[in-house]
Amino acid sequence: MKATITFQKDNMKSLAELKKKLFDYGLNPETTTIEIKPQYELFINNEWTPPLSGQYYQTINPATLEPIAKIACSNAEDVNRAVEAAQEGFKTWSKTPPAERAKYIFALARMIQERSREIAILETLDNGKPMRESRDIDIPTAARHFFYYAGWADKLPEAFHGANMEPLGVVGQIIPWNFPFLMVAWKVAPALACGNAVVLKPANTTPLTALAFAQICRDAGLPPGVVNVVTGRSDTGANIVAHPGVAKIAFTGSTEVGKLIRKAVAGTAKRLSLELGGKSPVIVFEDAPLYQAVEGVVDAIFFNQGQVCCAGSRLFIEEKIADKFIALLKERMMKIRVGDPMDKNTDMGPINNQNQLDTIRRYVDIGQKEGACLWQPPCALPATGLFFPPTIFTGVEPAHTIAQEEIFGPVLAIMTFRTADEAVELANNTCYGLGSSVWTKDVSKMIAVARKLRAGTVWGNSHNKFDAAAEFGGFKESGFGREGGPQGLWEYLNVKRETGSGKNEQEDKKPASSSPLPAPRSPLPAPVWKTPKMLIGGKQVRTESGRYWKIFDHTGKQLLANMNLGSRKDIRDAVEAARNAWPGWAKATAYNRGQILYRMAEMLSSRAEEFTEKISLQTGVAPQAAREEVLISIKRLLYWAGWSDKYTGTVNPVAQTDFNITYPEPIGVAALVAPRTYPLAGFISKLAPAMVAGNTVVLVPSQAYPLTATDFIEVLDTSDVPSGVVNIVTGKPEELSPILAEHREIGMIDFSGPPDLAKKIEELSVSNLKRVWTSGEQTDWLDPELQTRAQLRRYLEFKTVWITSGY
Amino acid sequence: MKTAQESAMARSGRNPIHSFDPNILAHLHVDATGAAARVEKICKTRMPKKEHQAAWLKAAVTMIDLTTLEGADTPGKLERLGAKGLRPIPDDPGVRVAALCVYGNLVERAKKILQGTPIKVAAVSTSFPHGQTPLPIKIEETKALVAAGADEIDMVISRNAFLTGDYYRVYEEIAEIREACGEAHLKVILETGEIGELKNVWVAGEIAMQAGADFIKTSTGKINPAATMEVGLIMLNAINEFHRRGGVKIGMKPAGGIRSAKQSLQWLALVKETLGDEWLTPELFRLGASGLLDDIGRQLHHLETGQYESYDYIPKG
Repeated sequence: MKATITFQKDNMKSLAELKKKLFDYGLNPETTTIEIKPQYELFINNEWTPPLSGQYYQTINPATLEPIAKIACSNAEDVNRAVEAAQEGFKTWSKTPPAERAKYIFALARMIQERSREIAILETLDNGKPMRESRDIDIPTAARHFFYYAGWADKLPEAFHGANMEPLGVVGQIIPWNFPFLMVAWKVAPALACGNAVVLKPANTTPLTALAFAQICRDAGLPPGVVNVVTGRSDTGANIVAHPGVAKIAFTGSTEVGKLIRKAVAGTAKRLSLELGGKSPVIVFEDAPLYQAVEGVVDAIFFNQGQVCCAGSRLFIEEKIADKFIALLKERMMKIRVGDPMDKNTDMGPINNQNQLDTIRRYVDIGQKEGACLWQPPCALPATGLFFPPTIFTGVEPAHTIAQEEIFGPVLAIMTFRTADEAVELANNTCYGLGSSVWTKDVSKMIAVARKLRAGTVWGNSHNKFDAAAEFGGFKESGFGREGGPQGLWEYLNVKRETGSGKNEQEDKKPASSSPLPAPRSPLPAPVWKTPKMLIGGKQVRTESGRYWKIFDHTGKQLLANMNLGSRKDIRDAVEAARNAWPGWAKATAYNRGQILYRMAEMLSSRAEEFTEKISLQTGVAPQAAREEVLISIKRLLYWAGWSDKYTGTVNPVAQTDFNITYPEPIGVAALVAPRTYPLAGFISKLAPAMVAGNTVVLVPSQAYPLTATDFIEVLDTSDVPSGVVNIVTGKPEELSPILAEHREIGMIDFSGPPDLAKKIEELSVSNLKRVWTSGEQTDWLDPELQTRAQLRRYLEFKTVWITSGY
Repeated sequence: MKTAQESAMARSGRNPIHSFDPNILAHLHVDATGAAARVEKICKTRMPKKEHQAAWLKAAVTMIDLTTLEGADTPGKLERLGAKGLRPIPDDPGVRVAALCVYGNLVERAKKILQGTPIKVAAVSTSFPHGQTPLPIKIEETKALVAAGADEIDMVISRNAFLTGDYYRVYEEIAEIREACGEAHLKVILETGEIGELKNVWVAGEIAMQAGADFIKTSTGKINPAATMEVGLIMLNAINEFHRRGGVKIGMKPAGGIRSAKQSLQWLALVKETLGDEWLTPELFRLGASGLLDDIGRQLHHLETGQYESYDYIPKG
């Protein structure tokens, strides 16, 4: 017998009655309930500890403005306790066998997966981001990060080509409110994998998921003190930065705060990595996959309410398709759902905090006042909560404030371009360099543009994709250091020499006695008086200032030369020349650059005798020692010439289907301040790798023994080094170095000199957050340690390129 | 430029035959990864709930082309299907499917079964599913089906011509069949599982619309993959572009592999998020399916009672 359908008639409504529900989605709220404590303590030494400050502050849900919980506010003593606990934890953790560390990190990853729904809900409550983003993006990506670095923990030597390395110690990690939990993962996972202990400070508006993570650490049985979480306001962060027991600071946040931290750690020898702001370009060519590009813009600027450091906040559209593209974008924006972030059909939740909302509003006002045209889709915002609608500005010009400054909200500045060259020029016209995307089906063009964009990440036909296996980090004022991928490990290790080079080491230390060089002769009598000039833009010039100083031989009796005492204007000219030479030098093939360095080695070798004599004459070292310095310098040139076409990147097995590569790129103009000693090897050890990496150089030679560098100009002249690639300004390092450190056209400075000046250089470098390397006067410039892969890294930075792969 | 006749037809709502414009075909760019990401986003973030879902599911039923396309189809099988189509939701008699979709031999019988109802008869034509016969035969076949009473003709494009790059012949065949249809509406099956890259879906769809298609349809159901949502997304984008250009609304019909209530909701959401609610009518959207109704029946039962339903309680079509 056939049964009939047993609908309950009373509950049944006909389609006619339900018509009003067409085609609405209705409410789709997250229904899982979680427990939130009324008050949270500090997590120190695996214990929940009330703050010594005795103070707590209240966090609120940005979607409803309802209070969530009271959070401990730590003071300097609390931070001190956490650092001390971490120092103890470090003792255990750094001695834990790597494979055991891997197990713990793996356990963290698993427990994050197990508690993922709970963490996602906490994240959405605290931050305001839509549930679907916490659930589908933030938390799974964070778990993946732990898995990824768990896998590295027991194979670190492989990551560094057999080099020796050691963990840094206690690392202070300060993270922002835009991806509270994901940033925990980005910071903690590599730090633990490398054997460090952690003092973590979550943002004051979003501490809950970091505290949930602390509980996971405890539950996973992580040894006490390995991970400590201290909550509080900005002074908590400042206390961590200032604490002498901290070996490294890793910070993600605004460029403004990043610069404060840079200054604060100047002269302390603390390692530093900064992941800061951005004003990332989205470049859409006329041959872009149009509808995917529109969607890409939505992903670029409205993901997480635009509160993303690499948000695509500047859209450049090829002029011929601009009107159509904007029309399609507006059509698409009509479909964006702004509202309750707990609703699984919501695309955009509230802004995280009132300050940020005020900032966004202020910029939107400025945008209108400066003449740009605002458009927002008609969308009803909830009556309470910190909501802001998706917003675009057309008629924006690069000179407008909203095209230059980071807004950190759902506000897009739209501009047009005419050619690929112009697109690159406009896109790079910013102090930042974090993300970027290129939209075209012409892969040749995509790659060419990707290589020219000065940004740590370039997405081809997508935007805002992240994965643990792909490096992420900034160029320029977007900060330095990389998170994710093998490069992410460098930030948490001291990498020593490569063990494989033991034999070369012996060779380097004791140059073969069967050297082909004849013994140095005594100086010729009465040489023709020679004016040592400076080298700027390929020309041998005198200083603008007309000043000079006298150089005597080592006895102080014989006047060797009247040296140009270089000035501010000489630095200006040298940097200008280096900047103009850079695009050509960077574009030259690695093979070409290598050839030129080989040529330099040849030329130096043929004049070895003369250089040996001059070193002896200036410094008074024995001829044998001077000769050793020359030989090592020649060896250095050959060594680095050979590296030119061998330092490669990686193809990253990301979780997405994209083709993903990370490869090194030159930084730009490098300022090299040579050490006082070792008149030749001192600057060659910096110059050669800097050039090979594709940088152009402004070199300040030793003030004490500058003649070797000025003699070297002749080597450069005869080695086909293009004009402007190497510029040499002689003078006083204490005068010239600060000018270099402040010059915004310079991307990096490698400084050798006294600690007080080094500190000053580090402080001044915040002008454009240049990469700074300093070395003291004790450095042995003949040390083979200076010939390692690790050394070359100083003069490079890494770009990660994502290219979609599909048809 | 549109002719006066074309403009008049556009105003009346039906897509006229346009002149062939190959230039447009060269500028259709698709990124498959991005398309897949968009589909995933919609599937994960656009799900109607509770009464809304019930309303959507019932609306979906009204957009179904209830289909049987087997060599073994007989009048008896068709009677069963017809009865199901007339009363797909037993307790909501106002709800009917949009059409029955059958082989040509069964058109007359289908008309008889559906007499006096608004349900259309759709017939597959042009040597469905392969399309590998001379054009005159396809034209004659189509004319015969229309004469037998078919309200709608589902034709296949010549993949042979498409894959050899002879886009004009693809266009010409469709235009000829469109002529042969007379008043009957024309759905053009792109058979996306056989034409390769996602970009080709847009190219084929654009050709079909230029040639006067009223609907573009993904698949015959005889080839895997059939109606993937990525393909659907590209076809909806193609329809949007065509609409923006000439103001004519073309219908969309995914077919093949759509078996679950959830899939039907995802398809409706896909259309809503791309073309908008105005496309969510049987005039502009159809779901080609055979077993889908059974799962919708089960899902409606669950929505209305909170209990899970067995197929044993769902009448067979």
